[in-house]
Amino acid sequence: MAYNLKEAAKKPERLTGGHRLCAGCGAPVVVRQILRALKPEDHAVIGSATGCLEVSTFLYPYTAWKDSFIHNAFENSAASIAGAEAAYVAMKRKGKAKDETKFIAFGGDGGTYDIGLQALSGAMERGHDMLYVCYDNGAYMNTGIQRSSATPKYADTTTSPAGKKIPGKMQTRKDLTEIMANHHLPYVCQTAAIGNMKDLYEKAEKALYTKGATFMNVLAPCPRGWQYNTPDLMELNKLAVETCYWPLYEVIDGKYIINYKPKNKLPIRDFLKVQGRFKHLFKAGNEYMIEEIQAEVDKRWEALLKLAGEEA
Amino acid sequence: MAIRERMSGNEAMAVAMKQINPDVVAAFPITPSTEVPQYFSTFVADGVVDTEFVAVESEHSALSACVGAQAAGGRAMTATSANGLALMWEILYIAACSRLPIVMACVNRTLSGPLNIHNDHSDSMGARDSGWIQLYSENNQEAYDNMLMANRIGEHPDVMLPVMVCQDGFITSHAIENLELLEDDKVKAFVGEYNPKEYLLNKENPISVGPLDLQAHCFEHKRQQAQAMMNAKKVILEVSAEFAKLTGRSYGLFEEYMTEDADVCMVVLNSTAGTAKYVVDQYRAAGKKVGLIKPRVFRPFPVDELTAALSKFKAIAVMDKADSFNAAGGPLFTEITSAMFGKGVVAPKVINYIYGLGGRDVRSGDLEIVFNKLLEIASTGKVDSVYNYLGVRE
Ligand SMILES: Cc1ncc(C[n+]2csc(CCOP(=O)(O)OP(=O)(O)O)c2C)c(N)n1
Ligand code: SF4
Ligand SMILES: [Mg+2]
Repeated sequence: MAYNLKEAAKKPERLTGGHRLCAGCGAPVVVRQILRALKPEDHAVIGSATGCLEVSTFLYPYTAWKDSFIHNAFENSAASIAGAEAAYVAMKRKGKAKDETKFIAFGGDGGTYDIGLQALSGAMERGHDMLYVCYDNGAYMNTGIQRSSATPKYADTTTSPAGKKIPGKMQTRKDLTEIMANHHLPYVCQTAAIGNMKDLYEKAEKALYTKGATFMNVLAPCPRGWQYNTPDLMELNKLAVETCYWPLYEVIDGKYIINYKPKNKLPIRDFLKVQGRFKHLFKAGNEYMIEEIQAEVDKRWEALLKLAGEEA
Repeated sequence: MAIRERMSGNEAMAVAMKQINPDVVAAFPITPSTEVPQYFSTFVADGVVDTEFVAVESEHSALSACVGAQAAGGRAMTATSANGLALMWEILYIAACSRLPIVMACVNRTLSGPLNIHNDHSDSMGARDSGWIQLYSENNQEAYDNMLMANRIGEHPDVMLPVMVCQDGFITSHAIENLELLEDDKVKAFVGEYNPKEYLLNKENPISVGPLDLQAHCFEHKRQQAQAMMNAKKVILEVSAEFAKLTGRSYGLFEEYMTEDADVCMVVLNSTAGTAKYVVDQYRAAGKKVGLIKPRVFRPFPVDELTAALSKFKAIAVMDKADSFNAAGGPLFTEITSAMFGKGVVAPKVINYIYGLGGRDVRSGDLEIVFNKLLEIASTGKVDSVYNYLGVRE
């Protein structure tokens, strides 16, 4: 059936509204839409790494999760869900587990690009039948906006502050989606909650119902860390995609497909200027920083086009 | 009829795991426990178990996967040593507080640094406050037997705690010894099925595991966890009694050897107890009243029983194959002496020896030094040094 937001939204929410994530947070939007792609009859065992998503959805004695949920620690969401999936396989073999069950591990960028990278790589390489979702807000938000390897260059964070000598984070961001694509998984994608969230939904459906280890990297803006106006969440997602800062693409059995090519690729400054974490870039004399970021975005976009066999 | 076999301590543990046939084994190689997952993966490859063997990329993930598997409703097991156990540290506590009765074969090895693959107890002793039940094993037979009892103990509804079965790296893990195995069907009947009340795979009753648990409830949960450890003592004795009926091999919280009329006593864990028994026999032959106590259960710590047993001696040497670097005494010593003080057992003189660190050989001659010292203390009533090192060049 063709995707229809109204229809998708009619499904009972599997992450209830009783969570404590900030207003305007990208994470719950992403999680909800992914869970909507589950068949209603399928049970899910969902894990989350320590981080904003986890601490805001499961504060004893309340849980916002309708499915079964497990939080273990910060760096082992992938390993924990891999273990649950392994138990499921063995228990099915013994006739002790009967229901159709899906396994999903969530992690923030800190729990995925950084401290959890090893466990993620291991679980994906072993090919557990599970989906790993990174909700990428580009910093360690839960502990107060520290830099991660997903933080973009020059962003002001509490451990890469824009100071008098050093203008924010001095390194470019790690390309995790590429790292996962190079694990040669059956399905890897990068997506964001834009428009009617069709891209996100359809990718979640594919990732969930492709056998084996699958990976989604999803942009999840954070109004506190990025310092944008709370109501502008969807605008931020859109700008990230329209500037090609966050291209929408998938890698299916090694084949690259770019899902959206902006007709008029917007300049990166449009994405940067609405975020307080980049405000120092707009001071006189700092133009080179924006130019540098633009060059990096262009370089990565062209490389992606090449991988997909398309010309710029 | 029990099966007479000859095998190493590692193989004995792996065979026990095969007979238990858990749902998930997640493990990572590290000397000297490597053989346990190696043997086990052979059982998987040959199709003699139903287990999913998860060859993880680290010990941190090994225990993390065990947590996921056990929470899902399966039985999960792992094996490790030293640095592997250290890498699991964070998750040891999470497994225990989540009340997941995972079973671990811990083949004791020196915790780095310096890097050293040989036996002492610095790995499991460091984990003594992580909330795991700890069973220690003198020889291959005990390692096998403790493994068979571990699930029953940990999974008891009054307990629901993970269990670590320890044996000495190389000394027993790699030594071929005679032992008696139980038949597969008897193990199956004894261990039984794992049917947790609540588990992730139960679609009818989904649960959430591992909350953020703040000031309002965390302390109560810790208190319940502490209670579970207290409850474990009774369960260990019950399970051991049932096991004795099945096998004829009796286990308590600790073993007493020649203690009835002994004036002095050595307290020692694992394989060194074997050497110590030999020395006790020699001293007894010479008319010297020496005895030995070998703790089997270190967690829960058998405060009442152990202090009562120790109260009858004039002098006691507590042997620690791990140092606490507290400038006061090893972990077994400080635990025993504080238990004795708490129970008002203050008559015996108690001294401590740190021995065998990094796999330093412990020969009968070394233990003779200890017994001679104890006999001297018993006759003079004088202790010149409480905290001592045995067999080290100073
Ligand atoms: C081993 C360990 N180190 C550090 C922490 C502290 N910590 C908890 S969450 C977090 C940051 C989470 O960042 P991310 O994964 O990006 O998720 P976010 O909060 O941004 O959603 C940190 C540093 C921890 N819980 N465990
Ligand atoms: S700090 Fe950011 S990521 Fe965390 S809940 Fe708030 S908006 Fe979401
Ligand atoms: Mg983050």
